[in-house]
Amino acid sequence: MTTPLVEMKNISIHFGGIKAVDDVSIDLQPGEVVGLLGHNGAGKSTLIKILSGAYRATDGEIRVAGTPVTIDSPRDARTHGIETIYQTLALADNLDAAGNIFLGREIMTPWGTLDDGAMEQAARQVMKRLNPNFVRFKEPVRNLSGGQRQSVAIARALQFNARILIMDEPCAALGPQETRQVGDLVKRLKAEGIGIFLISHDLHDVFDLSDRVTVMKNGRVVGTCTTDSVSKDDVLGMIILGKLPSQLSSRDRELLQ
Amino acid sequence: MDTASDTGLVVERRGIGGFFDALELDTRLVAMLAALAVIWVGFDVITGGIFLTPRNLWNLSVQTSVVGILATGMVLVIVARHIDLSVGSVLGFLSMVVAVLQVQYFPLGASWNWIVTVLCGLALGFCIGSFQGWWIAYRGVPAFIVTLGGLLVFRGLAWWVTYGTTVAPLDQTFQLLGGGINGSIGATWTWVVGLAGIAAMAFRTVTRRRRRAAMGFPVRALWAEIVVFAVLAAAIVGFVLVMNAYTRPRTDQSQGIPIPVLILIGVVLAMSWLVRSTRFGRYVWAIGGNPEAALLAGINVRRITLFIFGLVGLLAGLAGSVQTARLNAGASSTGELLELSVIAAAVIGGTSLGGGAGTISGAVLGALIMQSLQSGMVLVALPTPMQNIVIGAVLVVAVWLDNVYQRRRR
Ligand SMILES: Nc1ncnc2c1ncn2[C@@H]1O[C@H](COP(=O)(O)OP(=O)(O)OP(=O)(O)O)[C@@H](O)[C@H]1O
Ligand SMILES: [Mg+2]
Repeated sequence: MTTPLVEMKNISIHFGGIKAVDDVSIDLQPGEVVGLLGHNGAGKSTLIKILSGAYRATDGEIRVAGTPVTIDSPRDARTHGIETIYQTLALADNLDAAGNIFLGREIMTPWGTLDDGAMEQAARQVMKRLNPNFVRFKEPVRNLSGGQRQSVAIARALQFNARILIMDEPCAALGPQETRQVGDLVKRLKAEGIGIFLISHDLHDVFDLSDRVTVMKNGRVVGTCTTDSVSKDDVLGMIILGKLPSQLSSRDRELLQ
Repeated sequence: MDTASDTGLVVERRGIGGFFDALELDTRLVAMLAALAVIWVGFDVITGGIFLTPRNLWNLSVQTSVVGILATGMVLVIVARHIDLSVGSVLGFLSMVVAVLQVQYFPLGASWNWIVTVLCGLALGFCIGSFQGWWIAYRGVPAFIVTLGGLLVFRGLAWWVTYGTTVAPLDQTFQLLGGGINGSIGATWTWVVGLAGIAAMAFRTVTRRRRRAAMGFPVRALWAEIVVFAVLAAAIVGFVLVMNAYTRPRTDQSQGIPIPVLILIGVVLAMSWLVRSTRFGRYVWAIGGNPEAALLAGINVRRITLFIFGLVGLLAGLAGSVQTARLNAGASSTGELLELSVIAAAVIGGTSLGGGAGTISGAVLGALIMQSLQSGMVLVALPTPMQNIVIGAVLVVAVWLDNVYQRRRR
């Protein structure tokens, strides 16, 4: 195996008394899609927020391309090429699409002022790839539909050449056509060698797109399997019962150790 | 504004609605101008034609400058979901410090005296504001509490500087900052400022239009652009004419734009630039729109917050200097209850207490509305307590109207 793009080892985080993530280890290879599954409140969002710099782990180690790194802020994560599409989208509702896409990484003119023209142009370009129907560039994103807002959040992650992409429920608000576009996008990014963590409640999507799936329950990992070695029912069982299916191949069992 | 639907289909409204759509005017701005017109005409009728005279309008513009300067800063505070109740007291304290430095510590009459004292006021204002901002941003005490404390602390300190004694008279040149008898720039310079303003506006409109067209972005209809430009240019010319129509006592020399108003114009330009063209401004709005998103975008929310309050302190130093110069005295009661007018000005001017929305120019218009009300009430000889009742009621109604407006937009 090549060096993983990301390894999160024995990660734990406590909120007061709650162990939201408890001794979790996952990794991601270049060009690989890893699906994260689990019931509501299993700890999926919290786990990836540790990687994206929103939370600091109580315990554990993160390696990017083999080197241990400290990710103390979203800025740190971005410098390591980690881009995140948050479940809550994390959009400033009063700014327009370009304002949100470039938030914290604005394009500046040579005089050190905001270059709104250049940002709008870039925003139009990235949106053309993503959602060609999108025309409302002057509107604050508050006035956009749920799916349009989601497109903006996705555009923000794509704009900056991510090496590692975290997608927390990227299709939750998308229509069938847009969902398929995101699916195509995932495949395209994967072909470019980008590693993707995909969180979704749609088993069908996850099975379609992921190379491996990791199932979480109550803050712990139930198991990680390659997608082609298990059925949807097996995975559903893991999510609900929190146990590995008995017929799982030994190779996948090894992955757990 | 549903002019463009998702599919790129443009639904054009016809008639009067379509006319206003094409102008891309803010309905709120139109409402504010209407309110201002009602107040002006109303008071003019009640006072039998005294309100709408060059003399009264000239005085009104001077009175508006202090509230206007502070309101531009209050916009940032409220947009970032905070509040500053201490501006009046901080202004009072700085006003005392400036006066005392000028009269008791530095030689009165020295040409540099007023410059140094004003700079001291600005610097101290920035420090005071930053200190309050530090409590809010890094110690997590709500702005409401920190600045409520500041309201008492700095009013107390204003008294403490001289144990309540008024300091007067002040430097001759310094007095010009407050307007006063010679504190305006005369007819010629007023025309220069007015025409420069129109030229700058024309230049900006044309370059903006060109740049958008060059990038292939949609632009406003040409006729609409011209209408908006003509209205604004007419407003500037009207302003110049009114300022020049007021003459110095017993002469026919035009007063022209008062220096405090010139300062206000400078502040408005600087603050508008800060808001529109710098990272800082963008981040203030982002924080107001969604604080969590701002954090996740890697914005240093704490530092921005601290700087917002520092900036308001700086503006309090400037407004305090203007006010002190106008009174030609440092008094510990300077700026009492001013925070209410300033907050009301910002809110009337379209700054939403929910955060994330507001404009500098709107706040200045709000300040003009507030000051018109106050000045009108003085003209009709309403006792001060009655005036306070009106101001208090206006503040509440303004916030209620904002709520109604915000809800309708959803
Ligand atoms: N900031 C926080 N403070 C306290 N508890 C938290 C915090 N964030 C998450 N939790 C708790 O941690 C647990 C995991 O939450 P998380 O958001 O990671 O779940 P999830 O797997 O993403 O669920 P969903 O499928 O609903 O998105 C939950 O019990 C939640 O209440
Ligand atoms: Mg989640």
